[in-house]
Amino acid sequence: MTPTVFRPSGAGLRSAAGFLATLALGLALLFGAPHTLDTFGLVQCTGFAALAMFGLSQGFVWGFAGVMSFGQAAFLGLGGYAYAVAVLNLGDSTLPVLCAIAVPMLFAALLGYFMFYGRISDAYIGVITLTVSVILFQLVNATSGSQYRIGAAELGGFNGIPAIPALNLPGHPGEPLDTDGIWYAAMGALILVYVVLRAVLASRFGRVVVAIRENETRAQLIGYDPRLYKLLAFTIAAGVAGLAGCLYANWGGFISPTVFGLPMSAQVIIYVLVGGLGTLVGPMLGAVLIQALIITAGSQSVLDSNLGLGLVLVGFVLLVPQGLVPVLRGLSWRLIERRAGKAAPGPLATETAR
Amino acid sequence: MDLAGLLAFNVLTGIATLVLITLGLGVIYGMMRIINLAHGEFMMLGAYTAVMASGAGVNIWIAMLVLPPLVVGVIGLVLERTVIRFLYGRMMDTMLATWGVSLGLIGLVTTLYGNVVRGVSTPVGSFDIGRYGASLYSLVIMATALGALAAMFGLLRFTKFGLILRATMQNPRMAAALGVQPNRIYMATFALGAALAGLAGGILAPISGVSPAMGAAYVARAFITVLGGGPAIITGTGLASGLFGTINELVSFKTTPVIGDVALLAAAILLIRLLPQGITGRYLRRSL
Repeated sequence: MTPTVFRPSGAGLRSAAGFLATLALGLALLFGAPHTLDTFGLVQCTGFAALAMFGLSQGFVWGFAGVMSFGQAAFLGLGGYAYAVAVLNLGDSTLPVLCAIAVPMLFAALLGYFMFYGRISDAYIGVITLTVSVILFQLVNATSGSQYRIGAAELGGFNGIPAIPALNLPGHPGEPLDTDGIWYAAMGALILVYVVLRAVLASRFGRVVVAIRENETRAQLIGYDPRLYKLLAFTIAAGVAGLAGCLYANWGGFISPTVFGLPMSAQVIIYVLVGGLGTLVGPMLGAVLIQALIITAGSQSVLDSNLGLGLVLVGFVLLVPQGLVPVLRGLSWRLIERRAGKAAPGPLATETAR
Repeated sequence: MDLAGLLAFNVLTGIATLVLITLGLGVIYGMMRIINLAHGEFMMLGAYTAVMASGAGVNIWIAMLVLPPLVVGVIGLVLERTVIRFLYGRMMDTMLATWGVSLGLIGLVTTLYGNVVRGVSTPVGSFDIGRYGASLYSLVIMATALGALAAMFGLLRFTKFGLILRATMQNPRMAAALGVQPNRIYMATFALGAALAGLAGGILAPISGVSPAMGAAYVARAFITVLGGGPAIITGTGLASGLFGTINELVSFKTTPVIGDVALLAAAILLIRLLPQGITGRYLRRSL
């Protein structure tokens, strides 16, 4: 399941082409969707964008840093709740968005310190993160009653926080964005996060993170501290998940403890697994595919969604462990190269042989 | 004085519950290095077996103590043959696959029996500790937990099967060279772990609501205890249950059960920072 790291020049070109194609598609969606979709479709796509960002967070921490965070929902939930509590208290939504990013990052830094500096094994990290999300779920679930309030925001236990004010332009509280505005905010943020993560991965820091995933001992012998790099990657991913949580809360105007639940953590793992581990496009694509599947299954009520998700998860682990995007990408490049190879056998052909 | 007695009784009950819900997970992890994320759902299946059997008129003790381990053991066997055995040596994939199994089982049981909470009544009454009443059923839980620990110890320490099991765990290639089929042993171990989870589900059915998602309420504590225990299955489970059970019950008594779980998690995270390999990774390393 380990993707390739070092890309020879030809692959670098492909990677850049893939990046530009993704960016172009994203921008086309951003500006095209409000004109082509009705309100319901647009709202649904806003939800997809929020969950795609959640997928990006898991895809980054698991696929590139090699940290098996099985409780990424904890950060989604913390982000959502942080936004809800802050915006209910402050009114203006600018600071709450920053809170939604900062609170999960702080929590991840603290938790990550104990995990990475304790040097526990990968599997233990999976178990601890999973456990943390379960316990957060139970904790937030138990906050029903008016005594559990932070400022003006009542946490509401299992019923969650209803009527969360939507985003507004900085400095204009009381003028929340409409459906189109929220879409632009969510999709714009998704594109921005994608570009930022690509830049992080292309930077020196990102290369060290990937090197540690490939061979931790070797990276350490060269002089990098794997604990620190893993901790930073884990914290960045938590911030992305937090922002996704903020968008998720905006999408429904409502947040409840189910965002912390095991099904949420499982879903995002499935996004990454279906889309492709070690890619950034894959998790986004997986999120849209799986969510569309859940919605269809839910409206048809032929199959319990848990049962469907479980079958998809087991099926992909057993049969397509590398995920859809790498498989499709490999196929399409082979096709293109075969055509190009017929026309001009030469440099490209040697490139494939490598 | 009465209060102290009651508290001590509750702490013992908490420890016994922890032993029961952890032992199956510990056996599978300790022997095969597989973290079975479907553990909670195996317990759920055990609890459903108990509810269904007692509803069908089977003697309550048989329905709670005998049928659940048998049924869930067979289910574990089938899953090992159909899913798990293809993934040996790929730890992450086994975790993902068992997570898939977990979701699938929740979905399946929801489809078959609906998302409702069922229950069986406790078969025994209560007794008094001074001015306070305590449930006799707690004694049943303690006896079962002790029995399960002792049986596992006896199995691993004194039988030929236990010897082969430990040998395969230590060095599967050497065991294979001596004529053991490691695959058979893994299969048996997985079924055994599943059966223990089933037993835990059956015995806890009367004191917890039985619903498709009930597993999630227990898995967090079970995982923490396995991590805290470390490589030695029996000793580790016993010691970690003792430590975490005490913390959990005392904090729960002072505050609420949810805060008790939070304290349990905090204690575990501190513990793995100090002892990354768990208690038996540092102390009593040669025990079982």
